[in-house]
Amino acid sequence: MLDLHGYGPSIMRGAILTIELAFLSLLLALVLGLITASAKLSHNVISKGIATFYTTIIRGVPDLVLMLLLFYGGQWALVELSDWAFEVSDGRIDFFIQFNSFVSGVVVIGFIFGAYMAETFRGAFMAVEGGQIEAGKAYGMTGWQVFKRILFPQMMRHALPGIGNNWQVLLKTTALVSVIGLEDMVKLAVEAAKTTYEPFIFFIPVAFIYLSLTAISEWTLKWLKNHYSAGVVEG
Amino acid sequence: MDTILALLEGNQIFTPRVLTEYWGGFVTTAQLTVLALLIGLALSVPLAIMRTSKNPIINYPVFLFTYVFRGTPLLIQLYMIYYGVTLIHGIQESVFWVIFREAFYPALIAFTLNTTAYTTEIFRGAIQATSRNEIEAAKAYGMSRALMMRRIILPSAFRRALPTYSNEVIFMLHATSIASLVTIMDLTGVAREVYARFYAPFPAFIFVACLYLILTFALVYLFKRVEGRVLAHLRPR
Amino acid sequence: MGQQDAPLIATDIHKQFGDVEVLKGISLEAHKGDVISVIGSSGSGKSTFLRCMNLLEIPTSGDVQVHGDKVLFKVNRKGVREPADRRQVERLRSQLSMVFQSFNLWAHMTVMENIIEAPIHVLGVSRKEARERAEEHLNRVGLYDRKDYYPAHMSGGQQQRAAIARALAMNPEVMLFDEPTSALDPELVGEVLKVMRGLAEEGRTMVVVTHEMAFARDVSNKVMYLHQGKIEEYGNPKEVFENPKSERFKQFITPSY
Repeated sequence: MLDLHGYGPSIMRGAILTIELAFLSLLLALVLGLITASAKLSHNVISKGIATFYTTIIRGVPDLVLMLLLFYGGQWALVELSDWAFEVSDGRIDFFIQFNSFVSGVVVIGFIFGAYMAETFRGAFMAVEGGQIEAGKAYGMTGWQVFKRILFPQMMRHALPGIGNNWQVLLKTTALVSVIGLEDMVKLAVEAAKTTYEPFIFFIPVAFIYLSLTAISEWTLKWLKNHYSAGVVEG
Repeated sequence: MDTILALLEGNQIFTPRVLTEYWGGFVTTAQLTVLALLIGLALSVPLAIMRTSKNPIINYPVFLFTYVFRGTPLLIQLYMIYYGVTLIHGIQESVFWVIFREAFYPALIAFTLNTTAYTTEIFRGAIQATSRNEIEAAKAYGMSRALMMRRIILPSAFRRALPTYSNEVIFMLHATSIASLVTIMDLTGVAREVYARFYAPFPAFIFVACLYLILTFALVYLFKRVEGRVLAHLRPR
Repeated sequence: MGQQDAPLIATDIHKQFGDVEVLKGISLEAHKGDVISVIGSSGSGKSTFLRCMNLLEIPTSGDVQVHGDKVLFKVNRKGVREPADRRQVERLRSQLSMVFQSFNLWAHMTVMENIIEAPIHVLGVSRKEARERAEEHLNRVGLYDRKDYYPAHMSGGQQQRAAIARALAMNPEVMLFDEPTSALDPELVGEVLKVMRGLAEEGRTMVVVTHEMAFARDVSNKVMYLHQGKIEEYGNPKEVFENPKSERFKQFITPSY
């Protein structure tokens, strides 16, 4: 194993943290994206409005600003809330929540990429031919059955390339979590570089780990694409 | 104007002084974004042509460059260049320190390399999507390869690349926000400073988020207008 | 002289794609004012033959010359035959303008820009002169009022007429037509054929690969019928259409109801 002035093992732990963070945020982003896409395609004006507001804001503001806003803003709001509760209850309610930076990282990145996923899912839902849904209805399926048995599986095929792209971007965005105090490999590399005055021996391995992760993702996505394009004749 | 000033007197955060700081931040953000994009654009055209070469000796180095810069986080690239330069022994005593003390140039180099990599791949895709028929017509009318590249392939590729390139421009505007992590007082840098000074996360960051939103919308609008003109030949009537 | 001066001579052209020999030794001599129709069923090699003449395909063997300027070939390191002098090929192509089946107009340029592009940048004509000549050609194909349109905004027939104007603007020695009406809707074929007929009457030298039997019979002065990469019938259209020597050609020109 690489020693790297004793920093090697901790940078490896940082790498594992990055991967965990990325997967959990992806999960959250997928769920948020599906909900938001459904809201956007629904006929309810309010849910449509909220969904559009959410995706517009997220895509118009830098990830870093969103991260700072959500993290510091969230922290501030919690402190205010506990102060308020303390006062109102004459000191009977006294709580203090320290933000867990890993959970915050997952929430913030999941929240940001939920908006991107929403656009992917929306496009994919719309790409499914209307005739497919009509055929389902014509055979007496309920709305939920049509969604689960026909719409969703077909939609996923259209969504897969977009999800893949978002995943690749998400993976690289995880590098930002060092800003909100998470001990990921970027933060550890910066600290090591500052102490030892040898930036390259720390940053190059970190860059290489990211490069391997994106390369592995690329291969996996290619495999998935071949695997899931059954029954599809390409142009 | 007077009403605005009156409003400003009423709050403690957005004083004229702080607003001037935000303006300075905007100028820095604009400088980083525009310079990186312009230099990146100039570099990416020859690189994209090289990237479409069938000769691996020409094609492969460019592929390697774009693969590495697109496959790693921009933050790492920025840190590598920033710390790589500032932590070199003796640099703080040398004449170059005047340039690199500011962190502006290391950041500009990182952003430029990054956008060059993405833009190269955008143009490569557009060049390779040129219609076989149009290339054949160019050959049949006696055009040399260079002339064909200059008159037929590149002009049509640039037009086709425009929608994707407009995404890259917005991406770059947003990406420059990480310059604040290496002490640069761009828009985000100013917002962080204001947050720290007043411990007011919502005003500081929501204000700057709105500024980014406005800039993004302005760019989107601008590109839609340009696309409308430049891509007129592809729109059905 | 005589033969040397013919605008276009192709001699014993062979073309092989992999194991398949598409052209098995075809020769053609176009003299000034000739209108030669090349006909044959699909797969007969007629388009490939036309494309060999301006070297969009490189013949496996055989020679091409334009006004006595004979294309020089060499064999490259992979053992494949290719033109020895790129400049010569470019010069030769600029003398043989081609009209394509699918028009191949440059989509990002207006009709006018399409027409003046090669005269200015390949032949070195001044912009002013190129525009003036382009206007003449546009009038001639009946598209003057469409000169600032983009190709995508015109019908197929209009696009093909614009492509013919583009070919005329090169002031070519020989015009090559590669199935110019095959991609058109039936009602648009007439307008293009009319322009081509006009060009023939004007004394332009043309080689036309076509499916239009009426054009081959009535307009051209020579007809070449290809079958499986060989010349099956060749001669004056009146003679060959009335007294076909080849049984296949006879079947080919007999309408099957």
